[in-house]
Amino acid sequence: MLYDVLIIGGGVIGCAIARELMRFRVRAALVEKECEVGFGISKANSGIIHGGHHASPNTLKGRLEWEGNQMWDQLCAELGFGFKRIGELTVALDDAQLATLARLQEQGIAKGVPGLEMWLPQRIRNEEPNLSAAVLAALYAPTTAVINPYEACFALAESACRNGLELLTERSVTALSAADGVWTATTTRGGLQTRFVINAAGVYADRIADLAGVCSFTILPRKGEEYLLDRRLAGIVKRIIFPCPTPVSKGILVIPTYDGTIMVGPTAEAVDDREDLTTSLAGAETVFAAVQRVVPGISERDCIAEFAGVRAVTDSEDFVIGPTGKKGFINVAGIQSPGLTAAPAIARMVCDMLRDEGLPLSLKADFVVSVPKPVHFASLSTQQQIELAARDPRYGHIACRCETVTEGEVVAAIQRGARTLDGIKFRTRAGMGRCQGGFCTTRCMELLARELNVRVAAVTKRGGGSWVICERTDEGLS
Amino acid sequence: MITTKATQVGGVYDVVVVGGGPAGMAAALGAKESGAQRVLIIDREKEAGGILWQCIHAGFGLHYFKEELTGPEYAQRFLARVLEHDVDVVSDTYVLDIDRNKQVKLMSGTSGVRIIAARTAVLAMGARERTRGAIRIPGTRPAGVMTAGLAQKFVNLLGYLPGRRVVLLGSGDIGLIMARRLTLEGVEVVGVFEIMPHANGLTRNVVQCLHDFDIPLHLSTTVVHIHGRDRVEKVTVAPVDSSLRPVMDKRWDVPCDTLLLSIGLIPENELSRQLNVRLDPVTGGPVVSSTMETSVDGVFACGNVVHIHDLVDFVTQ
Repeated sequence: MLYDVLIIGGGVIGCAIARELMRFRVRAALVEKECEVGFGISKANSGIIHGGHHASPNTLKGRLEWEGNQMWDQLCAELGFGFKRIGELTVALDDAQLATLARLQEQGIAKGVPGLEMWLPQRIRNEEPNLSAAVLAALYAPTTAVINPYEACFALAESACRNGLELLTERSVTALSAADGVWTATTTRGGLQTRFVINAAGVYADRIADLAGVCSFTILPRKGEEYLLDRRLAGIVKRIIFPCPTPVSKGILVIPTYDGTIMVGPTAEAVDDREDLTTSLAGAETVFAAVQRVVPGISERDCIAEFAGVRAVTDSEDFVIGPTGKKGFINVAGIQSPGLTAAPAIARMVCDMLRDEGLPLSLKADFVVSVPKPVHFASLSTQQQIELAARDPRYGHIACRCETVTEGEVVAAIQRGARTLDGIKFRTRAGMGRCQGGFCTTRCMELLARELNVRVAAVTKRGGGSWVICERTDEGLS
Repeated sequence: MITTKATQVGGVYDVVVVGGGPAGMAAALGAKESGAQRVLIIDREKEAGGILWQCIHAGFGLHYFKEELTGPEYAQRFLARVLEHDVDVVSDTYVLDIDRNKQVKLMSGTSGVRIIAARTAVLAMGARERTRGAIRIPGTRPAGVMTAGLAQKFVNLLGYLPGRRVVLLGSGDIGLIMARRLTLEGVEVVGVFEIMPHANGLTRNVVQCLHDFDIPLHLSTTVVHIHGRDRVEKVTVAPVDSSLRPVMDKRWDVPCDTLLLSIGLIPENELSRQLNVRLDPVTGGPVVSSTMETSVDGVFACGNVVHIHDLVDFVTQ
């Protein structure tokens, strides 16, 4: 089988490209080293669609940020993931920061971002009474949104697969070679042949480029720690709260997530190890100290979970998107913030590049634009819940009590691609609440085993060696 | 095992008890003995009895039944008594919501979602275990970090083992019981680490579960880092100073594949919050009167929902 396009990397960028590409008559595959898509950088995302005004229009990421921002409403309508334009406030605590806010507002206006307003203390008190009294002014941007980043990634991949993408998980690319216009990708599970290679390998994009012999950039991993707070803090702020940005970082945010919890973070720390997903005492102190300056009501005691992600930053700090010296090898690398925001615009740009590089792209007449919207039992009305549970008793069975997720939702998630406990968690929120899986882990494991016809002990947290339990045997331990 | 009586749930109940553990069963019996006509216990598990079913060790009932019972024996006796007193029990049923008019919204796989009416409600949901997030242990997030109670469920109810080489953080009773239980199952329990200068669980559990099995208890010592990408590979532990801060230059690594947490319980108060019951910031449970009534008229609370008890016999009272 000769593919037209092989996408390396199943993060939100690879998935967005795949989904856009499958509008056309092409044979394409996506190869991902993890057990499911979105299990790399994309799962440790802040879940924000940036307003469009933060990044300079003189950079590629600055242009794609605003273009991408405007594409999410339609994607949401088609793919049904959680997405809501709740707006943001960037706050100033001193005079120097007031000047930065003014500059940000001008930049936004120049980029055509609508609705930017400078709020003074009176307005801030009325709209966000839990912000610190020390806030002097805030730049309001109504275009900023929160998104469920896992749902978006899964839905993009699912839509691509429904339109013919071949999704190859648990496969790493170990070598790349080109001859006579055909690339051969050697993977841990056999070789793949393709005319075009899209390098969307995230923190490993420089290594993949090396394999292709086009090393032109270096990934400098930058870690971010995030802290998820108990649901009882829901509503403490209504909009995403940004501190005043510095040249290196957008700073530490207070994010009312799409799912109604509050998340605080991220830190920004250069690390040597691309797999360094550790959280630290210093990270927690940095995050909570920063957040308390702006929202004093938030305390470390409200934390229910923490996680870290590694941003794929290049030495140029900008996105690296484009054809390379090797015909047919296209980089989509260095996609740090606002990468999620820009993803749909990046996908469109990459398809244009493929066409320019000689891949004929003609639209499919039978492209299926939507995927079924997942049922979210907790947000249905009582009457809807009664009707649903009467129709399918699995929706009358509780699986996760903290987030009120039913067995029906868990089974649906498995039928739509979840293979692991994390896959269920990111699709349904089962296990994401305050008891962190204490109640639902056994239930989800039994459902995975039943639906996938595997032993319970074969169920993993996130694939690979992440086994959860072992079997007891007559001889002793297995 | 006693099977729950098949009951036709409907009409108005004098008392609806949320949770069929020892506290809920005791409350239902108490209500019956005080003259309530129609009393209903709602339990989310397949069988009422609560966490007792997975507590297969002995040590229950010394105060209440005046003899030593295992958890399941205690549950069974209690459940028999409840059923003799004509208390209705529905299991495999979850309470989604209660409003201030005591309309109780239920869901179950067999009867779907429905609403029943109660004159009074008793909150007896018990407690949940504190998790890693509550104490923010630095490090990676591999599989193999779980609460001692979840490990107990795996071993005693489902027949699986949580790992092969286990470190315990915290010396709560569930953790101590699990140290012994896992040792008996052939799992290597490397040690129990407790940040406080004294064990948190009962002395009898320290003696019977650790000393008798030569499991080291490291007091004033805590886990400061978790290692391993997919599965726990080791933990770093360190002694703490008098203000409980880790002394990092005295840290050492302990290879293991599992970290069990026994770091305390928190009253389970989802429903209490939905009802806007006033909560006590110290105990985390509802503020109750001498009759165990909460700040909402006709809504009572009992057992570990109110504050954490050491012994089931005290919960029963």
